[in-house]
Amino acid sequence: MTMSLPKKIGLYSLLIVTSFIVFFPVIYALMISFMTGPEIMQGRFFPQSIQFENYSKVFERLPLLKYLLNSFIVSAGVMLGQLIVCSLAAYAFVFLPFRGSNFVFYLFISTMMIPWEATMIPNFFIIQKLDWLNTYQGLTFPFFALAFGTFLLRQHFKTIPVELHEAARIAGISRFAFFRRVILPISKTSLVTLGAYGFLTTWNMYLWPLLITTNDSVRTVQIGLKQLQSQETATEWGVVMAGVIVVIIPTLLLLFLGQKQLQKGLSQGALK
Amino acid sequence: MNTEVKNGWWAKSANGRTAILYLLPSVLLFSVFIFYPMLRTIYLSFYLTDQSGKAVLNVGFDNYAYLLQSPEFLNSMKATGLFVLYTVPIGIIIALFLALLANEKLKGIGFFRTIYSSTMGVSVAASSVVWLFLFHPSIGMFNRLLSVVNIPQIQWLLDPEWALFSVSLSTIWMNLGFSFLIILGGLQNIDEHLYESSRIDGAGYFYRLRRITIPMLSPTLFFIITISLINAFQSFGQIDILTKGGPSQSTNLIVYSIYREAFVNYQFGTASAQAVFLFILILIVTVLQFKFGEKKVHYQ
Repeated sequence: MTMSLPKKIGLYSLLIVTSFIVFFPVIYALMISFMTGPEIMQGRFFPQSIQFENYSKVFERLPLLKYLLNSFIVSAGVMLGQLIVCSLAAYAFVFLPFRGSNFVFYLFISTMMIPWEATMIPNFFIIQKLDWLNTYQGLTFPFFALAFGTFLLRQHFKTIPVELHEAARIAGISRFAFFRRVILPISKTSLVTLGAYGFLTTWNMYLWPLLITTNDSVRTVQIGLKQLQSQETATEWGVVMAGVIVVIIPTLLLLFLGQKQLQKGLSQGALK
Repeated sequence: MNTEVKNGWWAKSANGRTAILYLLPSVLLFSVFIFYPMLRTIYLSFYLTDQSGKAVLNVGFDNYAYLLQSPEFLNSMKATGLFVLYTVPIGIIIALFLALLANEKLKGIGFFRTIYSSTMGVSVAASSVVWLFLFHPSIGMFNRLLSVVNIPQIQWLLDPEWALFSVSLSTIWMNLGFSFLIILGGLQNIDEHLYESSRIDGAGYFYRLRRITIPMLSPTLFFIITISLINAFQSFGQIDILTKGGPSQSTNLIVYSIYREAFVNYQFGTASAQAVFLFILILIVTVLQFKFGEKKVHYQ
């Protein structure tokens, strides 16, 4: 089928206008990040010249490099933890049928009904008791187990024939070797999806780091942005926006690279 | 004979024993960081606590009775309800519109898909800071646009009449990328043949939309409605950065209210009681999904 030319033009103009509106706040932040104070007051949209002064300033005002590194360690840590914990559980659900597996399955589902915010007060005291305030463990451990991630991987594992598992058992290959050598490589796409999802959501996490980081040592960039905004808004919006751009570049890149995967994986894990 | 049965049971339960090993990390982590804290929240909601969160005095249902009479808490529930009402339906309709656009087979459509989903890559903190600037009373873009067309300026975040609306507007934008991705995924799962046969019958675009697309998309839509509802109830970052619950508590959403009560006022008992209300709200949403989701919605 071919589309008529007027229809094509109409669609493209709709696409262009709507994507400009959707992307506008990001473009605007980028423009502001290149402007000097007076330019911002004048209300321009395009900067007179592209200067990186605001960027060097933001790295002076905040230990931003350290925050970026912290965010990276925490996000990568949660990502790895989730991949390991969730894939182990998913393997058990698919390849190790046992009495009571339904019960455990419902236990997993029930965790999805408990909003994390409803448990944050006791969780804060748990972390305090463990002496994990201002530590990477405190920022990562609570998020390793994830029902959604387990179900996502379970969907993919289910497509692997059980006969293959049995054959491998008869050939004397241990369960763990089968898990590591066969299942994980076959399920690479789902693992990548879950990994990207875990990294993205952890990078963007706000309330938990706000609660359990009381000093700079493991503070993440999101809390850095709050600090920056409360210090600077009165005068230097350019510096604040430079901070915003630095913080969103890694996740935007990840999203641009993995958009297709994420979309496929999320809608599959969500629905079946 | 007896030992044989025993051996049989031992052999049969081999799967079970291994499975426990594989499930142990998840179950352990869920117990420590979800189940125990939830029970503890319910327990604390019946107590007065000291500054370090220790339960001191059992007060029965007094915390709940106090909340239900407290104008502040009732106001917070009202604000939360309005916020959900403002953000969820409009957000999903816009995401659906964009997903339908991005599902057309055109050259370069991948670029537009990436742009539409981009807000998912912008954290709540970063987008809140950007929107704070857009809403700025004198140099913000919205008020500049208004002054260009000679409309009196609006105190977007400072006027109690407007603040919740402004926060909702920015929240719709923040959640757009995720809803868009999920709905686009749903659209792409619809079988092409359905459209082909309808095209032969000469059915128009909107007829196909109403008769094929929306019914086939219903499981996805139902899922995204549930997730959006839950997300809206859990909103926190945008409140903390944009309004701090103000002005005159008009944007004091429930999670922000819990946070302040617990970590600013150190009233862990009443904060826990509020958390139990939040739990019940989300429980209702998820139970409704499990109950009606499968019946009313068309699955392929």
